[in-house]
Amino acid sequence: MTPEIIAGLVTVSYIGATVLFILALGGLSNPETARQGNVYGIIGMAIAVLATMLGVVTDNYPVLIGGMVVGSAIGLQLARRVQMTEIPELVAILHSLVGLAAVLVCFANFMGHAGPATGAEKTIHDIETYLGILIGAVTFAGSLIAFGKLNGKIGGKPLTLPGRHWFNLALALLVIYFCVQFVQQSADGRGLTPLLIMTLIALIFGVHMVMAIGGADMPVVVSMLNSYSGWAASATGFMLDNDLLIVTGALVGSSGAILSFIMCKAMNRSFLSVIAGGFGTAEGSAPADAGEQGDVIAIDAADTAALLKDAKNIVIVPGYGMAVAQAQHVVNEITTLLRSRGAKVRFAIHPVAGRMPGHMNVLLAEARVPYDIVFEMDEINHDFPHVDVSIVIGANDIVNPSAEDEPNSPIAGMPVLQVWKGMTTIVMKRSMATGYAGVQNPLFFKENTRMLFGDAKKTLEAVLAALRG
Amino acid sequence: MKIGIPNETHAGEMRVATTPAVATELIKLGFAVAIESGAGADASFDDGAYRAAGATIVDDPRTLWSASDIILKVRAPAHHKALGLDEVDLLHSGQILISFLAPAQNSDLLQRLALKGVTTLSMNSVPRISRAQKMDALSSMANIAGYRAVIEAAQHFGRFFTGQITAAGRVPPAKVLVIGAGVAGLSAIGTARSLGAIVRAFDTRPEVKEQVESMNGEFLMLDFKEEGEGAGGYAKTMSPEFIAAEMALFAKQAAEVDIIITTALIPGKPAPKLITADMVATMKPGSVIVDMAAEQGGNCELTEPGGVVKRNGVTIIGYTDLPSRLAAQSSQLYATNLRHLLADMCKGKDGVAVVDMGDEIIRGATVVDRHNVTWPPPPPKLKAVPSPAAASAAHTKADAAASITPTAVSTAKKTPAVASAANEAVAKKRKFAGPAVAFTLGAAVFGLIGITAPPEFMSHFTIFVLACFVGYMVVWNVTPALHTPLMSVTNAISSIIIIGALLQISSTDNRVLWISAAVLTLTSINIAGGFAVTRRMLNMFRK
Repeated sequence: MTPEIIAGLVTVSYIGATVLFILALGGLSNPETARQGNVYGIIGMAIAVLATMLGVVTDNYPVLIGGMVVGSAIGLQLARRVQMTEIPELVAILHSLVGLAAVLVCFANFMGHAGPATGAEKTIHDIETYLGILIGAVTFAGSLIAFGKLNGKIGGKPLTLPGRHWFNLALALLVIYFCVQFVQQSADGRGLTPLLIMTLIALIFGVHMVMAIGGADMPVVVSMLNSYSGWAASATGFMLDNDLLIVTGALVGSSGAILSFIMCKAMNRSFLSVIAGGFGTAEGSAPADAGEQGDVIAIDAADTAALLKDAKNIVIVPGYGMAVAQAQHVVNEITTLLRSRGAKVRFAIHPVAGRMPGHMNVLLAEARVPYDIVFEMDEINHDFPHVDVSIVIGANDIVNPSAEDEPNSPIAGMPVLQVWKGMTTIVMKRSMATGYAGVQNPLFFKENTRMLFGDAKKTLEAVLAALRG
Repeated sequence: MKIGIPNETHAGEMRVATTPAVATELIKLGFAVAIESGAGADASFDDGAYRAAGATIVDDPRTLWSASDIILKVRAPAHHKALGLDEVDLLHSGQILISFLAPAQNSDLLQRLALKGVTTLSMNSVPRISRAQKMDALSSMANIAGYRAVIEAAQHFGRFFTGQITAAGRVPPAKVLVIGAGVAGLSAIGTARSLGAIVRAFDTRPEVKEQVESMNGEFLMLDFKEEGEGAGGYAKTMSPEFIAAEMALFAKQAAEVDIIITTALIPGKPAPKLITADMVATMKPGSVIVDMAAEQGGNCELTEPGGVVKRNGVTIIGYTDLPSRLAAQSSQLYATNLRHLLADMCKGKDGVAVVDMGDEIIRGATVVDRHNVTWPPPPPKLKAVPSPAAASAAHTKADAAASITPTAVSTAKKTPAVASAANEAVAKKRKFAGPAVAFTLGAAVFGLIGITAPPEFMSHFTIFVLACFVGYMVVWNVTPALHTPLMSVTNAISSIIIIGALLQISSTDNRVLWISAAVLTLTSINIAGGFAVTRRMLNMFRK
């Protein structure tokens, strides 16, 4: 085969892979087609990798195979072992790998002196390399910090340095300065120094950006880093003149951007204010004193079971607390039992419940809750007036009525699940602590609210036992 | 407060103003309920059932009338034969009477009630607004009457309604024409359809076409333009030209159909004569006409209100008591309507009914407030669907609203709506300003790129922008439940960056080789891990 024919075959393989990736994303519109979509994604990746290996690679096969085998083995182990509650951490660490890979590919490209040698094309190529490293390094550092925050190694509180906006601005100006330096030096065949300095700045920027973001904004951060990892791949594609990378990177980048947008909307926050960080501490007046809100009415497991026995229409609102307590399996058992007795049991999922978009859905799916009784906020919110009992498990801000009633509340305007419109609300909590936003929740003090204190899993097991008995 | 339900004394009236089930609900609202012995007998509710529901049974009608704070009735007060006096005389000052009562035709009765000081709520006058639908007893009764009209027609019609192919031959389906597609008309259409007849319907209001079609009826159109909807969603009198076209249509239909059910009424006026004696003469022998407007004089010239006549082999039914002929059903619905009205008057659920003239529904229904006749009420604030002509006229008329006539009040109320529409337009303009700036900026950036960038870059850039759009379109279709798998799968495919390593691994430069090898390992972790964990998650989703 002549080189032209091989190049042509590689190109059509890339086109095929692109189409398969689009189908993979398209399949996710529905759980039935999603499995098929994932298979398309795997096929697309296999085609792209094989075509490149057979068509472009000419040497060093043992290293190549070795690296891929080792990497795949590690990846499969990770995927097999991970707990569903830890998915956000896994996703964060995988994002960091994409970022690191982008940085390394760009450095390798720069050191190998590939690409055009002179003129405007050289300048553009240099800028592409520079951008690839910049985005990659921010993604890498940011994802590592996000990983640390998600698994608790780093505190969830936002780090708010004095004058942090000026700090960020200074970093941005430095990045632009070194970009000019790099392009000038690169023309003489040098330029590694400004590139390395910029990488360092990008890492600092990535760390600082995620450190400044509070725990409640984690879903936004995770989807934002998802988006960055796509843009990093895209920038690398520009640098390598490779359309497959450009397209795939753009698909992933826009996907992450949309997710970030959805998450921001679900919290009634602008994207910029999330990035600027410091939720619930910087802006907004301090919420009303907790003490003045009145008394809560506690309830025990047996009474909860009695309430559930009589209820015809039940809605369960899970939050991150359910994931922490690993209570999803007990929840499913209670659901199955109540459904077998003829009650209508549904789940209401707030878009930002949990630590990443769709996290609650995955946890419920893991516990074998059928997905057709799991509803999004917009689908179920108008139904609460007809609900007999709603059970809030380890959620706080997403069911806070002050988002609707108190214009001064830091979470004012955030869409929330209107559980208080139902007949009775049972709130399961470990203690009376506030949510991520640090806002007191008037729901707890409503007269149709009952507080069920304790570890969600143990308490729910007691409720289940009482229901059976 | 004590609610009393007397026996209906009007000859042939089978209904009763409350049922045992509703009595329970009234007691829950805090009321005490007393019922005259035998009041529910004609509607198949015996005294025992009321007693079981918690109501007191009173034998003497005089005691019942005098000891109750609220009297619930079906028919308006009339002559009480057994006692030999008028029911108005049984009432005393301070009582509340709730019943059907056509205020326009009974101004004399209103005066007498006002003289007595009896606050009177007429179920005929409950305003037709969406909040009051559950109290709309006219609609409840009309629904039942429409059903019963078809049943009466079937009684006098000598054939099947439904078409059948039998061993003995083919039976054609009956053809039914329903004139007037209000609540009664629609109910008749539905009932006749479910018996299997072919149903055609006509109404002067073209907007009910969809409702007729939703009941599987065929809507007959006139090739003639005129708005047939008057105030409050009722029909109005049409122009002579329109009526001529309409009559021609009926004449043509009369010769074709087997059954005609007429429900045409115009509030406060005698029923329009739509079916002439000539038309009846053209109908097939054995045909049936049910004239549901008989009480207001009838839509058919030959109708005898209250009775059944046969003319030229055509049976003409003029019953004026169709709801009463389905007494248990109509009592139940009517009682429920009353309960909703009482629940609205008794917001505290403490058994105290308040006549709040600030409440639009109560204001509309109250025809006598103590010693004052309060009928007619001011016109309803908003019509269900404002016609375009009225809305555009509102603005100009508002200036003339200085003299407060009822119409001026209603038009003045509409002005804020016009003003807010104008505000909205301004807000929209502002809203467009943002995208306009973004658009201009975007165009400028694109222009700059176009001028400076080499063609090689441009082709990549084209692909990049298109891919962003494809991604945008595809990802909006992803169901929120699958956002986590979406992230893990995009994570896996963003590791397509592995291609970057593969392209460079054949380098002779050792640094490049080992960096590429490291990238290969990292991205392989990601590809394998991402796809595998996505697969694991997706396998968990089940119905």
